[in-house]
Amino acid sequence: MDMMTAQFILMDGLVYAAYLFIVAVGLSLIFGVMKILNVAHGGCYAFGAYAAATAIGLYAQTDLPIAGMFLALVVAALAVGALIGLVLERGILRLFYDRDEVIIVLVTYAAFLILEDLLIVIWGTGSLLAYQPMLAAGNMFIGNMILSNYDLILIGAAVLIALLMWLVLTQSRVGRLLVAVIHDREMAAAMGINVATMFVVTFAVGAALGALGGALMAPKISVSLGIGVEVIVLAFAVVAVGGLGSIQGAIVGALMIGFARAFAVHLLPEVELFVIYGVMALVLAFRPHGLFVRPEARKI
Amino acid sequence: MFRITDLLVPAIFLGLGFSAPYLADWLIATSTVALSAGLVVLGLIIMWRGGLVSFGQGLYFALGAYTTALILRLTPINDAIVLMVASAAMAGLVAFAVGFLIARYREIFFAMLTLALSMILYGVLVKTEALGSTDGFNVEQWSLFGTDVVVEKRLTIAFYLALASASVASVVAMMYLRSVAGSAAIPLRENEIRVEYLGASVKNIIHAKVTIAGAMAGLGGCLTALAIGHVDPQMAFWTQSGEFVFITILAGAFSVPGAFVAAFLFQLMRTYALQVFPEGWQLILGGMLLAVILFMPSGIGILLTKAGWRRRPATTPGATAEAAEARS
Repeated sequence: MDMMTAQFILMDGLVYAAYLFIVAVGLSLIFGVMKILNVAHGGCYAFGAYAAATAIGLYAQTDLPIAGMFLALVVAALAVGALIGLVLERGILRLFYDRDEVIIVLVTYAAFLILEDLLIVIWGTGSLLAYQPMLAAGNMFIGNMILSNYDLILIGAAVLIALLMWLVLTQSRVGRLLVAVIHDREMAAAMGINVATMFVVTFAVGAALGALGGALMAPKISVSLGIGVEVIVLAFAVVAVGGLGSIQGAIVGALMIGFARAFAVHLLPEVELFVIYGVMALVLAFRPHGLFVRPEARKI
Repeated sequence: MFRITDLLVPAIFLGLGFSAPYLADWLIATSTVALSAGLVVLGLIIMWRGGLVSFGQGLYFALGAYTTALILRLTPINDAIVLMVASAAMAGLVAFAVGFLIARYREIFFAMLTLALSMILYGVLVKTEALGSTDGFNVEQWSLFGTDVVVEKRLTIAFYLALASASVASVVAMMYLRSVAGSAAIPLRENEIRVEYLGASVKNIIHAKVTIAGAMAGLGGCLTALAIGHVDPQMAFWTQSGEFVFITILAGAFSVPGAFVAAFLFQLMRTYALQVFPEGWQLILGGMLLAVILFMPSGIGILLTKAGWRRRPATTPGATAEAAEARS
């Protein structure tokens, strides 16, 4: 492996890990607080991507400064994601809280199916392009390697989200209340924490993060049907490796899978897809609850 | 332990077989696909009784289908019965091996690990050019009892084979569910440690369930390959596994024939939804799934089986699960 390949692997690994983290962190947050494995996260991702592509398209027709385009992208995604989150939680999930965890997975799966087709109803079956932010960001050279500045923005966004999550969860009052709910829902409720409100907010924030992931990726990809289906299993892999509900876990999981894939793409392209789930299966084989979560004791 | 009532399902299937010449082609096609899916679902029901949901049953489904297609391509063997046995054995063997790993997992972790394993196979198939990558490849001509099955007859013959397989599988499933290991599933779902105190090995019970379910899914995959004449990696993708779980929810954990009825209803529903609302069929299916979970938590199987469960209402899985939740 020469220097050049090593640089590419480092860069690709980081960019892919940033993408994975942004997508997976919302899923992990929702699981941590609500114990719901949210399959509909893939739907939020796709809606975020479509909303951002539409917003970028509309913005590109105006002569407003280009920087505003990034703002439009983020705002469109967060608004759509939070709206979906609210509707799903209040409209559907709330009815199933007394059911098994596995049954709730199926409920979110149903929600995912519905979101997939709503997407077609709203945007049709064609694909959207939203390359403008990518173009506006431009390229830079490090040595003889071309880097898209947009990739650096992606990495920056991931770091920013991780920092914000850490700040909110550990430093703010809301965050500490949330940690109490994570540790013991019933006790937290007994202490006067409004768990129902916490659930609504968490789900909306988690969904908005999923949508933000889609929006940030929109300029890099062709926004088309099926992107949600692909991303949901990737996000599962990341949170399963790191441990469901653990934010540090999502960071480490994203880095592990991001780099595993980057190594595979550059050195052994045949195993590209295999390696992602290979890492997941390998970690789960030794640490069933992921790297950062302790197993719970069995109930007698 | 065999009971004469176990023969009810095979008898109905025998009747269906005799009426095949009078059935419309689309009905035969739908039924064949439904019976193949029903076999996979039967395996899922066996696991679900123990509280386990596999989100990766596509793994064994695809394994069965690819085993059939590969034997036809690489060897002179082309007898359908041999293919069915080989596919079920192959999938069962892999499930047995996988069982050593996943028998330690429960609930969401079980679902996620099975999902990961099926996605590994998907990843391998997509990247293997020799097997046609994402396009898959066509299944070559097969025969039954030494006679080549021509393309026009393929679907009808596959229908008979599916009926026969479903009959055998449903008798096996009923006998298994009545056996000690099979009936330990429901207490196991409620409280594992108590089952172990009774002297049973929870790990072995789950291992057996995983293996049986794998073999049944492999058989379903083989029949699908024989009927449709094509295999592709989509069979191992998580949406395919999700579809099987969907049918399982529709069927419920209560009844063996429920698996086939639910699979048939699902196929009808999907065909109908595709016709009336081609771009919104998933919307309809999703809505239906929600409605079933909300209003019929025991699935349609409960409508089919009454006697066995009703006599002991306190021991129904639904009741015990609810009781367990109420306590926790």
